[in-house]
Formats: sequence, structure tokens, C-alpha cells
Amino acid sequence: MVRRVEITDAATDLVARLQGIHGALMFHQSGGSCDGSAPMCYPQGDFRVGPQDVPLGEIAGCPFYIGAAQFEYWRHTQLIIDVVPGRGSGFSVEAPEGVRFLTRSRVFTDDEVSQLEAAGPPLRAA
Amino acid sequence: MYHEAIEKVSKQVLIRDRYDNFIGGKWVAPSEGRYFDNPSPITGKRLCAVPRSADIELALDAAHKAKDAWGKTSVAERSRILNKIADKLESNLDLLALVETLDNGKPIRETTYADMPLVVDHWRYFASVVRAQEGGISEIDAETVAYHYHEPLGVVGQIIPWNFPILMATWKLAPALAAGNCVVLKPAEQTPLGILVVMELIADILPPGVINVVNGFGVEAGKPLAQNKRIAKIAFTGETTTGRLIMQYASDNIIPVTLELGGKSPNIFFADVADADDDFFDKALEGFAMFALNQGEVCTCPSRALVQEKVYDRFMERAVARTKKIKQGHPLDPTTMIGAQASNDQLEKILSYFDIGRQEGAKVLTGGKRAQLGGEIAEGYYVEPTIFEGNNKMRVFQEEIFGPVVSVTKFKDDDEALAIANDTLYGLGAGIWTRNGNRAYRFGRAIQAGRVWTNCYHAYPAHAAFGGYKASGIGRENHKMMLDHYQQTKNVLVSYSTKALGFF
Repeated sequence: MVRRVEITDAATDLVARLQGIHGALMFHQSGGSCDGSAPMCYPQGDFRVGPQDVPLGEIAGCPFYIGAAQFEYWRHTQLIIDVVPGRGSGFSVEAPEGVRFLTRSRVFTDDEVSQLEAAGPPLRAA
Repeated sequence: MYHEAIEKVSKQVLIRDRYDNFIGGKWVAPSEGRYFDNPSPITGKRLCAVPRSADIELALDAAHKAKDAWGKTSVAERSRILNKIADKLESNLDLLALVETLDNGKPIRETTYADMPLVVDHWRYFASVVRAQEGGISEIDAETVAYHYHEPLGVVGQIIPWNFPILMATWKLAPALAAGNCVVLKPAEQTPLGILVVMELIADILPPGVINVVNGFGVEAGKPLAQNKRIAKIAFTGETTTGRLIMQYASDNIIPVTLELGGKSPNIFFADVADADDDFFDKALEGFAMFALNQGEVCTCPSRALVQEKVYDRFMERAVARTKKIKQGHPLDPTTMIGAQASNDQLEKILSYFDIGRQEGAKVLTGGKRAQLGGEIAEGYYVEPTIFEGNNKMRVFQEEIFGPVVSVTKFKDDDEALAIANDTLYGLGAGIWTRNGNRAYRFGRAIQAGRVWTNCYHAYPAHAAFGGYKASGIGRENHKMMLDHYQQTKNVLVSYSTKALGFF
């Protein structure tokens, strides 16, 4: 099964540490300005997802969402959530640790695209 | 150069080693006693420490204490105070420019000749237009009159981005104060210094509590501000997910929001720009190179260039040459045109887009890597101005990279140009370059964006409304109409008749 979102080991470790501070967490992929195109990490349920969001999968025990309209432009790529030293981004919970989650990307191979297409359109959040 | 600059501003007591929050007209240490280091993107080294605080309630106490008196202060007096702020900032313009460059990494040329003069002018603009604002008298019938008054909202929350820290704070503060509101403001944690220096300069001009500045991280200070039931409005500049979250919080309190959430602005060059190799063509080429302004860290960065097919090769040859002439270097060198990205994570994000752009098959016409400048700025965050060539479905055409990166594609005719221009989630800015006035008008109206620069780009006068269509946000900034965004409408409906209606 082809995964639409993956996470690096370093980011997995950070998520575990943050879960110790904040409890269950979730991700939402942002777009647009300043801190845009950054994955935002929130306490589970803090950001209300709805039918305009696509759940891309689960990383380190956290559901990962992207806006449905943005998904249409991003769907040919796998997202790989990494972490780098950095400062702040919206209300994402890792900022005070002096690090930022970062979305790296990989273009799916033709074979992966066929598999994803065979699996049908991804669900929407409720 | 960096050390001389630090020494210069330190001597003026403008940069302190450690700052506090500015609450109720005083510098107040964070209640939990925590601070974080603020590095300069020029060198990657520590510039000063600022509070890592969550003192939103303290700031709101001070703002609420000040709001009745400030709201009732005459317009003439509020205007006088705003003008005094403008004068004070203007007389310290060079130092503020230096501070902003140290804090953000943008070239001193821009802070000196663009950011700071605009800051001064926006204060003056709102000092002026508020005096020209009028309520309304509507005659409903011969004996009934509807009076409309502007009233301040009260206390508002403002969250400031890091790309033009002092200017963006001014865009929000000047109209809010002119309209009679008190403010709790959170600077971006990447660039807190400039706003703190501004507060130091204007502290004794403003009544205590009218502006309160709380520093800290978004999750610790921004979130409790946005969620707070004691604000009457929240204004935010940033990205879409945080924008949605702020709207969710605002919906809990049923308060209005202004959101400015970025874009992927098309810059459209019609074939007729190349009809002659004259001043206008030269101006259009400069318009293309505008993607590198402020290191591309502008919500309206013309990050998609659409060039008409029949002149594509000729135009791009000149456009690439123009881009290669952009002088990258030490932000404090007055001849530098492009400086440092504002933070390490921004640098990493831009590099990640170079990777995805190449994977998707976009061709790099110039740039495409981190710039290694050596010397004292070797550890700073520098990126080469970069041109990608590809198609509008690629991610580098669809997501705001917020770096000095433009993605170029070609179009055949007007219909295709418009289709590509509008094929984006965003709608903040756009540029049109043509010698044909009729086409310019049609495109100006047809592009789904809040600001369509026509034969110009990246001008930000106070007297022009700025804001987004589509996912680029809600509301506007600047222009006199901005006063309305910070005011309630009070209608007093008066009957001057002494007769009963006869209903009961």
C-alpha cells in the first residue's frame, strides 16, 4: 500500500517528545504565505477538520490532514515530514523547542500513481 | 560590517541585550521569567533576548483600562498623536532601518528607502484620513432620520508577520489607533526587535495601554490572544492553516477577523512589451525581477511569470540576464539588492522546493541553490535568485515558496493567460504588462485577485486597498476604508414626529 505521507526518524522522535508535553497530536498541512507550506502540529482536536479536508494518513500516531483544494495540486507527491532547526510557525506546538517540522516531497512513480488510483479517491474528513 | 552596525545601534541605546514586554506604557518582565534568543539572519548569531511569555491577560487588562479614554479622545487629538509618532520615527529613520535589517536580514537599501518611509507615511495617512471620515444622516421620511456613527471596536488583537515586521505592524496599528481602538500586538517570534525599538521611541507619545506588545511563541502567546473573549477583533497575516484556526477561534467568540494569507501571484507579460527595446521594455524586465524583492518574502511576490509564446525566447533571454545582475551580498552593504532569508527553517523550505521542482521536471534557468557568501556572513541564510521553467500544474507554480524564486511558463493568447493566472488557490496580487490599455483594463478586472498591478509591481501606497480573493484571506488593509474594519456602525434612528403610529 502506497503511503501519501511519511515521517523521518528525527521527526518521529520529536513527535514522541511533544506527545509527552501536549498529549495526542494532529497535523494539518498549510499553504500560502509567511510560514506557509509548513506542516502544522496541534493538540488533537484543536484544529477542527471537516469535509474540506483530506486525511492523508497517519504518522507517529498522529492523523495528517491537508485541505481538499490544496490536495488536488499536491496529490502527485508523497509528503515526508522532517524536522530542522528553526523558529516559529503559526501555533504549531514544536516552535518553542527551537525546531520546525518541514515538509519534504517526492514525486510518486507511475506504478505508485496506478496503485493510488486503483485504491480510489481518498476519503474526506467528517 | 555587522559588528560596526551592532555597535552603532547599541550606542544609541536602541538595541538592548534583553527586552521585556511593553504593557500599560511600561516595560514589564515576563511573569514566568523566561526569554529566548533572537538571532540575526545576517550571521545566524544572537542579536538580543526577548520574552518567551504568555502575558496576554496582563496586556488585555492594560488595554481595557485605556480603551474608554482613548475611544473618547477627539479625532483631532488622536490624529495629532499619530502625526507625532510619524515625526519621531522619521527622525530616527536611519537607525530603524538598520535595526530592521539586523532583525530580518533584508538589505539596508530597502529598509532605508522603502520600508521605513512607508511606515512614516502610513502613520501620517491614517492621521489624516480619520479627520476626513464622516458619519451619515439618512432622511427616512420627513420626520424620521437615521444617524450613522463610527465607534471604535474597543480592544483588538493583532498578530504580525516577520517579512516586513515594522511595516506590517504599522499597517495594523495605524488604522486601529486612528479609529480609536487599543491594541494587544504579538510580533513574529522571528523578528521581534524592530517593533520593540519602535515602542521604545514612541512610548512617551502614547497614553499607557493604547498599544501593548507581548512577545512569545505563537502557540504560547498568539493562541491565547486569538482565543481570548476580551478582544473585539483579531487581525492576522500568515498562512492558510493558521488563518483557518484563527477563524475557528473567532467563531467561538463571534468576533470579526481580518486575514491576509498569502498568494501565488501571476505576473503576465504580453508580447507587445517587446515591441520596442525602450524604457517601457526595461521597466517590464525590472517588473519580472521583482520576484527577488525582499528575498521573495512577500505575500504578493510575483512568483509565477506568464510570458506570451511569440516573444518568450527573446523576453526570457533578457529576463535571465537581468536576474543574474541582481547583486546579492551583505545586507548592510548599501549596494546589496538581495539579502538573507529571515530564518533557517525558511531557508530549508526553499531548498526543499528546489528539490521538488527538479523532481517534477522544472528546468532551472538560473540559481537553484543556497548562496555561500563567506566571511562574517558565512552562517547566514542566503539563496540565489532562481528561475524555474515549467508548467502551472507543478508544485513550484502552486505553492508559495516565500523565497527569491519565480516559476515561468508561456501562454498563446488572452484566454490561456487568464486561465493560467486564475488556476491557483490564491488571489492576492497579480501583475499585467502591456502597451495596450484596453487589454490591461480587461485583465485587471478579470483576474481574481485583490490587487492587480498594471505596468508596475510591488508598490504599496497607503491610499490603495490591499487584500485577497479566494484563499488569500478576508478583509482589506490600507486605504481610508480600513478605518471601517476597525469600527462598529452605530445607527440611531430618530422620530421627530409627536404623533402615535396608530397601530395599537
